[in-house]
Amino acid sequence: MDQLSTKHLLGIKQLNAKDIELIFNTADNFKEVINRPIKKVPSLRDITIANLFFENSTRTKLSFELAEKRLSADVINFSAAASSVSKGETLIDTVNNILAMKVDMVVMRHPNPGASIFLSKHIDANIVNAGDGAHEHPTQALLDAYSIREQNKDFKDKRVVIVGDILHSRVALSNIFCLQKLGAKVMVCGPPTLIPKYMESLNVLVEYNLDKALAWADTVMMLRIQLERQNAGEHNVKLFPTLREYHQMYGLTFSRLDKLKKLPIIMHPGPINRGVEISSEVADSKSSIILNQVENGVAIRMAVLYLLASNSTLKD
Amino acid sequence: MNSQRLILDSTHLDLCIQRLCFQLIENHDNFENTVLIGLQPRGIYLAKRIHESLSKILKKKDLKLGSLDTTFFRDDFRRRENPIIPNKTQIDFIIEGKKVLLIDDVLYTGRTIRSGLDAMLAYGRPDLVELLVLVDRRFSRHLPIKPNYVGIEVDSLDSERVEAKWEETEGKNEVILKWNKA
Repeated sequence: MDQLSTKHLLGIKQLNAKDIELIFNTADNFKEVINRPIKKVPSLRDITIANLFFENSTRTKLSFELAEKRLSADVINFSAAASSVSKGETLIDTVNNILAMKVDMVVMRHPNPGASIFLSKHIDANIVNAGDGAHEHPTQALLDAYSIREQNKDFKDKRVVIVGDILHSRVALSNIFCLQKLGAKVMVCGPPTLIPKYMESLNVLVEYNLDKALAWADTVMMLRIQLERQNAGEHNVKLFPTLREYHQMYGLTFSRLDKLKKLPIIMHPGPINRGVEISSEVADSKSSIILNQVENGVAIRMAVLYLLASNSTLKD
Repeated sequence: MNSQRLILDSTHLDLCIQRLCFQLIENHDNFENTVLIGLQPRGIYLAKRIHESLSKILKKKDLKLGSLDTTFFRDDFRRRENPIIPNKTQIDFIIEGKKVLLIDDVLYTGRTIRSGLDAMLAYGRPDLVELLVLVDRRFSRHLPIKPNYVGIEVDSLDSERVEAKWEETEGKNEVILKWNKA
């Protein structure tokens, strides 16, 4: 029967290709819904969803909240800065207190990798991972792949290169899992300091020269240089000399794209550092599907919430 | 073991659709202000046939036909074993101020029609809504819903099933009544 094989969306790793296809097909319907004059459907009217954001987020949080409201769910929001977490409460206590108010689903972003998997072992509600540290960000990967599918229909032998800060990126890891499960070939590209050692063990190609990577790919996914994480690590070593040098080596510009035979599809999960990983002209060009990604984000999240909710039947 | 009885064969089904079309023309004249909407998943085949016949009789090329999915408006979400997978909704016209003819194959409890009415209202406020069904399973309604145009009325038990089959999906046009033989 057509339903997800899992109760939670913890990461792409836990999904199979059939699940992903089901999410995409359901998202097609929701995309039509959010383009209607009245964009709301009553499916989740008896469900309460808690958005727990232990880390800053703008678009993911807005996108989830919008998806929940378009499905008529009741929504409560929580952000760590203004909460008892700063008073020393543990994650399980915080979540159990919120669940005691009869919440059915939890959407959580947390700075620690594995936080949502940990939570899923201790609580009953459906959990959607909205990003856990540098581990996974499944809904972003799903909406990225969905946006590629809109352009291409098929993933067989599609070549996707992910460029930039792979080391700190949860988007990269989820996208690698997702695209590979759908049959695409994935390459990562960036300065050696920003590419983790284990990449080859994931069957991912590694390339340090952006021009060569662009010549290989038909889709380019640019990642944000996470300025806040560049001086991290125990030795507090800089991972690349300057932003200007990064832009010269790995920035996507028209002077690079002009050398190619065919323009690739250009994607970026946002927020964009204009003039660092991508130039303004490229970000705003016709080949860029950055704003499609944002629109698809709501549809994908509606599909995920809808399918997870339909997996848990109403208890009397 | 399954048993079944033929209610309408292909010839009678065609006659039925013809008659429904003439009834519709009596009330809607030349369909200037009327649009047709078939309910997913099974009502769309009947809607297509009604649309074809009407277009032929009226010699009209711009008769509007849409399809409407009711999945997200159903009242049994999370209350049934298997989740329902949505179908495509395609309404490329404005229903605000129009007369809408909702079309479905079999009317049973009336719950699909209820969700169809809600789903339709997301597209605007029509002047008038009418319901056309091929088969009306009488005396089995859960809601106060009554069709305006009926192909055939059928008396059936709750344990029985009425199925409308179509060329596109089952390879033939007919309506049958099915039941489990003890």
